Amino acid sequence: MAERVLMKGNEAIAEAAIRAGCKHYFGYPITPQTEIAAYMAKKMPKIGGVFLQAESEIASINMVYGAAAAGVRVMTSSSSPGISLKAEGLSYIAGSDIPALVVNVQRGGPGLGGIQPSQSDYFQATKGGGHGDYRMIVLAPASVQEMASLTIKGFNLADKYQMTSMILADGTIGQMMEPITFEDAEIENYEKPWALTGTNCERKHNIVNSLYLKPEELEVKNFERYEKYKAIEENEAMWEEYMMEDAKYCVVAFGIAARVAKNAVVAARNEGIKVGLIRPITLWPFPQKAIKEAADKVNGFISVELSMGQMIEDIRLYTESKKPVALCNRCGGMIVSPDEVLQSIKNAEKGVF
Amino acid sequence: MKTTQILIAGFGGQGILFAGKFLAYKGLTEDLQVSWLPSYGPEMRGGTANCNVILSDTPVGSPIITTPDVLVAMNLPSLQKYVDTVAPGGQIYVDSALIEEKVTRTDVDVFYIPATQMAKSQGIATLANMIIMGHLLENNPELSFEGTEEVVKKLVPPKKAALVELNIKALTLGKEYK
Repeated sequence: MAERVLMKGNEAIAEAAIRAGCKHYFGYPITPQTEIAAYMAKKMPKIGGVFLQAESEIASINMVYGAAAAGVRVMTSSSSPGISLKAEGLSYIAGSDIPALVVNVQRGGPGLGGIQPSQSDYFQATKGGGHGDYRMIVLAPASVQEMASLTIKGFNLADKYQMTSMILADGTIGQMMEPITFEDAEIENYEKPWALTGTNCERKHNIVNSLYLKPEELEVKNFERYEKYKAIEENEAMWEEYMMEDAKYCVVAFGIAARVAKNAVVAARNEGIKVGLIRPITLWPFPQKAIKEAADKVNGFISVELSMGQMIEDIRLYTESKKPVALCNRCGGMIVSPDEVLQSIKNAEKGVF
Repeated sequence: MKTTQILIAGFGGQGILFAGKFLAYKGLTEDLQVSWLPSYGPEMRGGTANCNVILSDTPVGSPIITTPDVLVAMNLPSLQKYVDTVAPGGQIYVDSALIEEKVTRTDVDVFYIPATQMAKSQGIATLANMIIMGHLLENNPELSFEGTEEVVKKLVPPKKAALVELNIKALTLGKEYK
């Protein structure tokens, strides 16, 4: 087995990206994700890659757009306010059907907000952020090990479906250290016949663009894209189930909130309460199937989030409001405690949602 | 070892995060499950800093500590803030050179070490943190003092190799403090 090393979550993303074959990083510093850029600045020159600190977030996402159009594995990273600045580019990349990896190590918002951990960019990541009809694959790591493995997965999925994968982490997972092992990265290689690599006068020009002035053409493009999204929803959802076999109550949480919630589930089980946890690993596609199945057997759900309640809307959607869903949340950089989650579980047992 | 939650707190600049890293690497070399979570807010710049370290035989759940088994307090505000959160039966390490206040709780083991004073008099003024770590290892035999040199070597950057010996000196001072 590979050696265990201690690494910060942010550094794990950067190292995994390099192992996944990413040789192009464009970014702009912002707490709490700056270690990604710092790691890239140190490593990229040594492997013949490109590290570029752009003049702004907007510039960096457009550099990603350019490099992605040329067919290379490319990424950028930022934190909440910085991702808002990148939103225009995210929409253009989606409209051009090219692959990229974007990391959001979330902090409290809205506005400049604070620098402490948060999950309040769920809507932005899963429902849009930029304009137009588009989706991003959204991966939510809950450990330093997953920061690495989902980064590699993110690049593979981005290439497979020619779209953006977003790693939606938070300040805690970004800053914390845990032991991780780097097994050989499973890099999937996809042909990129659309890439702008120069024609050598041997083929027709490729064009990467998101401008379609004829509405008939733009509509067809969107229809095609949504066929692809449908396939992703059917095939790529990932989640973890914990103690769900006999559960009467289901806690749903992702990222750092899921770590806290798991402690509470263990504590509740010790008190004889039959409760389990569903941890979405992909936020889009949302693990609809797991939630639908749980809705048929549990008495109610508890959504644990570091936001004012964003994922809870998807839980209600996919349970078709069959069962009550309680919200257990903190926000603005505060983190929900195991005791607060335990209290919500106990309330649910009493029928209080 | 059973899950042990260690909270280290003090001023920025006292080596709070470094002490936490030392424990995390110690756990790593002993094949334990480990998490290390620093404070990274504006408090890092001159205010209070703290660090959550969890060592366990089993996978670590939440890396955020609400009820520490061990508290290391290197300034008065940290002691006052966290003293009541320590689990009954837990340990509290107090740098008594900087904190005159005594712990009034009787359900915890309290260790007073004038670490900052000891460090100064030994010419290693910045290593009070490691003196306390040495004392902590001594009182937690399951972590053992063995192998600390290897751990320190991993932590100290090659350019500052001279610091390895000084760190070991500080750890030893703490280990032998009665």
